[in-house]
Amino acid sequence: MIDESTQSESRVVPAHAVNMAALGRTPQERHIENEDICLRTEDLKLFYGEKQALHGINMKIAKKRVTAFIGPSGCGKSTLLRCFNRMNDLVDGCRMEGKILLDDDNIFDRAVDVADLRRRVGMVFQKPNPFPKTIYENVAYGLRIQGVKRKRILDEVVEKSLRRAALWEEVKDRLHDSALGLSGGQQQRLVIARSVAVEPEVLLLDEPASALDPLSTLKIEELIYELKDKYTIVIVTHNMQQAARVSDYTAFMYMGNLVEYGDTDTMFTNPSAKQTEDYITGRYG
Amino acid sequence: MIASKQKSVLQWVRDGSPWVWLNAGAVTISMLMVLGLLIYIMGKGMVHFWPHDIVDFEYRQDDGAVVRMIGEVHDHEEVTAARLRDLGETPPAGVDVVGRHLIKTGNRDVAGLDFTWVLDYRMGEWHTPHDLVLLERREWGNFYGRVIAITEDGHKIAEGEAAWSELQARLQRSGELFSRIRDIERGDIGAINYELERLRLKQKRLEIDGELDDAAKQLLDAERSSLDAQYQILIVQLESLYAQLNRDSVVMQTASGEERSIALGRIVMAARPNALSLPEKLVFYAKKLWEFVSDEPREANTEGGIFPAIFGTVAMVFLMTLLVTPLGVIAAVYLREYASQGFVTRLVRISVNNLAGVPSIVYGVFGLGFFVYFLGGSIDELFYPESAPAPMFGSPGLLWASLTLALLTLPVVIVATEEGLTRIPKALREGSLALGATKAETLWRVVLPMSSPAIMTGIILAIARAAGEVAPLMLVGVVKLAPTLPLDANYPFMHLERKFMHMGFHIYDVGFQSPNVEAARPLVYATSFLLVLVIGLLNLAAIYIRNRLRENTKALEH
Repeated sequence: MIDESTQSESRVVPAHAVNMAALGRTPQERHIENEDICLRTEDLKLFYGEKQALHGINMKIAKKRVTAFIGPSGCGKSTLLRCFNRMNDLVDGCRMEGKILLDDDNIFDRAVDVADLRRRVGMVFQKPNPFPKTIYENVAYGLRIQGVKRKRILDEVVEKSLRRAALWEEVKDRLHDSALGLSGGQQQRLVIARSVAVEPEVLLLDEPASALDPLSTLKIEELIYELKDKYTIVIVTHNMQQAARVSDYTAFMYMGNLVEYGDTDTMFTNPSAKQTEDYITGRYG
Repeated sequence: MIASKQKSVLQWVRDGSPWVWLNAGAVTISMLMVLGLLIYIMGKGMVHFWPHDIVDFEYRQDDGAVVRMIGEVHDHEEVTAARLRDLGETPPAGVDVVGRHLIKTGNRDVAGLDFTWVLDYRMGEWHTPHDLVLLERREWGNFYGRVIAITEDGHKIAEGEAAWSELQARLQRSGELFSRIRDIERGDIGAINYELERLRLKQKRLEIDGELDDAAKQLLDAERSSLDAQYQILIVQLESLYAQLNRDSVVMQTASGEERSIALGRIVMAARPNALSLPEKLVFYAKKLWEFVSDEPREANTEGGIFPAIFGTVAMVFLMTLLVTPLGVIAAVYLREYASQGFVTRLVRISVNNLAGVPSIVYGVFGLGFFVYFLGGSIDELFYPESAPAPMFGSPGLLWASLTLALLTLPVVIVATEEGLTRIPKALREGSLALGATKAETLWRVVLPMSSPAIMTGIILAIARAAGEVAPLMLVGVVKLAPTLPLDANYPFMHLERKFMHMGFHIYDVGFQSPNVEAARPLVYATSFLLVLVIGLLNLAAIYIRNRLRENTKALEH
């Protein structure tokens, strides 16, 4: 148990800094070198036409941990996230250099099937984007794409995924109603259930709670906490408290550079870079 | 008080009231014009089927002789006395305007004309006696007169009032006989002819392929003689039916007292319009209206119904929709989703949009040259060499007309579909891709279903345009009278190579090419009204489907 007062004595904590103990978290001894590595980027550069958006990112993302990307708007955190499942391929004039290794295979390799990569690396977006289908069909979508037709298997997976996304109890009686009738928070959990249904290894969450009310946000955060037992989770967030609450590792990005990367507790209590400290304490961004 | 009670004009202008009034006025005028058009053609067309009174009057002719005339009053107009004097008439002195009536006197076989203009001042008093009879005949138009007697094989059966009731009963019988005869001629004998033609083509085909040996020949001959035998049986049946049909006749007296004998087999219907009560008139009206929409035309399209034209119009629109939808949607998907959005794509898009502005007759010429002669001719050469020199697909027909119209409406469908595709949020596409779907799977499972209301909008516009189009059709398959419908009981049931009738062309034909202008005019209005109704119904059906589709996606637009 760490005493709040002793900590504040040992170090001058900025007034706006996130108080880890107050968030109900006990700092843990973590170090990226001791973890299984799931994703690894090597000198990743990304250009939108002439403009360079990422300047040689080198980082490792730990397996079955939550990694948060923070940083001011336009710093490249979403762009980096979208590199992991090659969503940037869809952007006209986008060019990448360097490598991203998923379990030691370069995802930019010619032999890689993008659809298969995206199945392994799922993604949830800022705004809930359920398909205009029933709740059931939304969750079963990924399986149907894979050609699963047997109703028994589909039923099973749909229930399991919805349970895992903590939505089952709320929707079990209206699985065949339109997903568009759900509230925003429920829709976002449905989208998470949809991603979970295809059994990905990695879940990329792009500001998953920014369009939601506080209560729904809380539920999503609880859900992230539950899900990290099974999946490697990378989350982009603007909300400092959220990063501090849910993540094990945090990366601070600024102007397309990875400024600081380390375990969350250290980042929020003892940032080594001035920029990080300024951002965390709310002096800019 | 802040507001003064009287607003100044300046204030009234400034707060935008004049604009609101102007907009509302424009909408009102548009609505009134559409309504006025509909009411006008409906009134003009639908009155035609109402049983008019038959009037009986004396008329002084040019030579001073007085004759009796009977007929239906069709029109009335006023002419100046001066104009009549120029024509050599002698209207009463001191009168400036003289009325005249258009009387449908019928009896074309007696008088040579159906319609006569009569001057009011030469007319005696009008009577509407109850015993005047209207006979609608299969040929020679209507007959007006009095029933004198009914004869069976030349022997008198009934006379006077008894003859009228006897006529009704016997008409029922002759009507049944007639429809049986027609069933045999059209259905059974038509089918035999169709089979015989098929056998002839089969034989020729074998000849061309050099496979016509004795065995094959015998087989064909056997089939042919069995068909011949069937035909002989039918002919015998027909002969006896015709004999029965022509057994009865009705003796009629014309206005001038002349007597005429008319075989009942030639009469469609007999009525005494003057004796009908209002409910009876309503029944009469409904019957005539039903006949109009369900029967085939008679007498150069001036009598009978327009069912083949309605059927042709609807069949063509359906076929057109079936052809244009996949083509337009696939083209739009390529343009919007796959083609790189560069100069060439923009050029293609502009060209497609401009295609909508090409005059439709140009499409007709293209359809005739490319589809009918080139495509149809090639199909005939490749697949139907046995039918040469008679063309199968190498002549205008339903398929080519539908294809031409599909081409005509293609831009509309492409533009609407493209618009629908651009409106699908990027987030949904990404959502699908992020689950491991390929681009094609995303298109097929998410994007296209969501664009379906937009696609339906395109189809609605296409239907509206195609159903009203006439000019190109005259070149690629529409005829004034098609002997058979494109759909019948002979394999393969749908005969896409056949020529067909179309309501738009029917209006043109009846209105401008008819030998009997006065009789045709109300039919032009009635057919126009029905055409509007059919197009409206087709559109309503499409709109209904679109709204059903929209319900699935509407909640997304927030």
